[in-house]
Amino acid sequence: MHHSIEIENLSFSYPDGHNALRDVTLKLEPCEKVALVGPNGAGKSTLILHLNGILSGQQGKVRVCSMDVDKQNLGRVRAQVGLVFQSPDDQLFSPTVYDDVAFGPLYQGLSPAEVDQRVDEALAAVRMQEYKQRVSHHLSVGEKKRIAIATVLSMRPEVLVLDEPTAGLDPRARRSLIRLLDELPITMLVSTHDMLMVREIFPRTVIMDDGCVVADGPTEDLMNNTELLEAHGLEMPGI
Amino acid sequence: MHVHFLDPYRQRSSPIHRLDPRIKLILTLAFILTNALVPSGAWPVYILLLALLISAEMLSELGIGYVMKRSALALPFVLAALPVMFTMPGASLTSLHIASWTLTISQPGLERVISVALKSWLSVQAAIVLASSTSFPDLLIALRALRVPRLLVSVFGLMWRYLFVLVDEVLRLMRARSARSGESGQPGVRKGGSILWRARVTGNMAGSLFLRGIERSDRIYMAMLSRGYDGEVRALPLPALKPYHIAMLVILLVFFALILAFAFLVWG
Amino acid sequence: MILSSTLPMHIPDGFLSTLVSLLLWLMSIAVIAYALKRVGADLGERQVPLMGVLAAAIFAAQMLNFTVVGGTSGHLMGAAIAVILLGPWAAILVMTCVVSIQALIFQDGGLLVLGANIFNMGVVGVCVSYFTYQTVKRLLRGKTWGIFAGGFTAAWLSIVVAALATALELTFSNTSPANIAIPAMAGIHALIGIGEGLITVGALAFVNATRPDLLNTESKTPAGGKAVWVGGLLFAFVLAIASPLASSFPDGLEWVAEQHGFLETARDPLYKLIPDYLIPGISNTALATILAGILGTLIVFFVALAVAYTRRKRSV
Repeated sequence: MHHSIEIENLSFSYPDGHNALRDVTLKLEPCEKVALVGPNGAGKSTLILHLNGILSGQQGKVRVCSMDVDKQNLGRVRAQVGLVFQSPDDQLFSPTVYDDVAFGPLYQGLSPAEVDQRVDEALAAVRMQEYKQRVSHHLSVGEKKRIAIATVLSMRPEVLVLDEPTAGLDPRARRSLIRLLDELPITMLVSTHDMLMVREIFPRTVIMDDGCVVADGPTEDLMNNTELLEAHGLEMPGI
Repeated sequence: MHVHFLDPYRQRSSPIHRLDPRIKLILTLAFILTNALVPSGAWPVYILLLALLISAEMLSELGIGYVMKRSALALPFVLAALPVMFTMPGASLTSLHIASWTLTISQPGLERVISVALKSWLSVQAAIVLASSTSFPDLLIALRALRVPRLLVSVFGLMWRYLFVLVDEVLRLMRARSARSGESGQPGVRKGGSILWRARVTGNMAGSLFLRGIERSDRIYMAMLSRGYDGEVRALPLPALKPYHIAMLVILLVFFALILAFAFLVWG
Repeated sequence: MILSSTLPMHIPDGFLSTLVSLLLWLMSIAVIAYALKRVGADLGERQVPLMGVLAAAIFAAQMLNFTVVGGTSGHLMGAAIAVILLGPWAAILVMTCVVSIQALIFQDGGLLVLGANIFNMGVVGVCVSYFTYQTVKRLLRGKTWGIFAGGFTAAWLSIVVAALATALELTFSNTSPANIAIPAMAGIHALIGIGEGLITVGALAFVNATRPDLLNTESKTPAGGKAVWVGGLLFAFVLAIASPLASSFPDGLEWVAEQHGFLETARDPLYKLIPDYLIPGISNTALATILAGILGTLIVFFVALAVAYTRRKRSV
């Protein structure tokens, strides 16, 4: 069976000794949308950085789209797994929006015409076509977050991984981003504290704490288990 | 909070704005070079060049007042040239008597100072028109056309992108510092601490700026890696130059050359 | 809003002779080209984001100030701190970026004389800092305060020697007399350099406390570092000797310049195209000035008409 993401018994410690991941196993099927939740320091961001080879674990295996994530495959892996980081300011580093979204396809070696097409495609997917020639630093946080998603979509990845997509957004921008994530027909793993969003659009949730996966199942079941949530520093806001 | 005031680019749809950035950069440099080569004492030539400049400023719809105000930046440096008025040998004009010194203003010296001031003033205005009528991404295109190495151009691009972010941070740091710079109200207690302490605090602020910069650059590097970056700088090819723009370039360059030739023939 | 670094070292256009500008451009381009080759070996793949962000950081840091006395304040140029954090080649490129953007976007320094400004602050400033910092650290091997002593001296010297270079360039361009420019620049910058030194030490203290690993470049001498070290020594040495020499022979310098044709004194025009007085009583220069005035006004007038016409056409 082809899994989009296959993590088996992954363990990782930082150079300063901090044991960030302990025997993590996680599998995602194509077009599955999974939320990754847990308290700060649980290892969510560390796990995410393994998915495109920025970090590599000392033990265990990581495979994406049937490829082992190792030195030889890094280029192809990064084209298949689109990683969107938390701070859009660190993601939008080119002079114009066009340049930032074109970066990925350009590195893949596509022709100028193809690059153009990919840029249009990606900006259309995030509903930001008019922003092509804008300069990134003039945009609002919400606009930047959408463009950041476009910068990886232009590589036509199979998997989209996002770190805290709704953090820092005002209600309108948040609503618009949630709608976008709901509509994108792509395998998605999202690390977030936004429990309302999780309940709304993610059918499956994985809870991490202290480097381990402590729960993995249907969102409804996990959300109703208040003891489980509290035990791992989470809570479900409102009713 | 966005530090927009830092960006001198003013968007208009003037003929100058629409001119290809590569042409604009070459013309600006040619204008400044023409200025630099004008021989001493050739006042009429400066007048012609000023007329050209004012025409360009009007065409660019930036407002002559705007450009002239910003051009005041260059003037303080003229103080460095003032002494030449007194030291250059030549026919003397007048003498000033200050205390026990006699300073004689020579004609070539005065001409030199005024020439320097004029050259500088005209050149600054040309640079202002360029910067205010050309967006930064377009300026990068112009630099690439001038064969500036791609590595350097991409560093320029990144610097520009994060300039605003970091200037924002600096302003916040300074605001935080002034928010904590109060007076104790106690008589006899002088506020501010010692100079050494103030310098060290400022240095700490600079250090934190650099450190956060280095860590931010790590995150940017990860974002670049995530999009396939492999260390090599790649860019899309430059668009072709339209014949109209090339024609403008040639006409104006010939014009500058003619003005210079005239200047040299008459004033040497 | 003060955008410039307020250091009196960014030379505007018009102050240097074309020959001096050209020479310094050539020298700067040569050094930059070499630095571009070398910086990859030092920093690897991270070079572009690292240099870009730090160039922005130095620009921003130049806006920092601390009150010295009354209305005056101390500022940072940054060559020394750039060298200590990034190594010589990256520092040269970073300072090139800072000075170039200052000139291109903010008109802080001219465009034709940009080569000179890059040379003074980017090349001389960086080389002298590198040479001083390495030497002081080596002399005080083992002691932690070697970093701070080296940093202070490197920062101070970078400012003073860069100022001397600036003064000499102004002198050779016949824009400032040597016997005033050199002592004045040296004196002012000897004071300003103290501010630079103190801020640099403060920054180093901060980095040393939070990320000491960034300062531990003891083991590896970067590729080509020897060249920079020697360059720094030469710059400091040559400028230190040349400056007092030049300033004590103001007429001598002009005499030298005259012999080699540097001066732009009014010579007789190449051809006598026009007789001395076309209209009796009015000198040719005055006549030409009037004519130019008329011609110039006509040009401006017609352009203004054209602009007004197109604007009216557009609004209809």
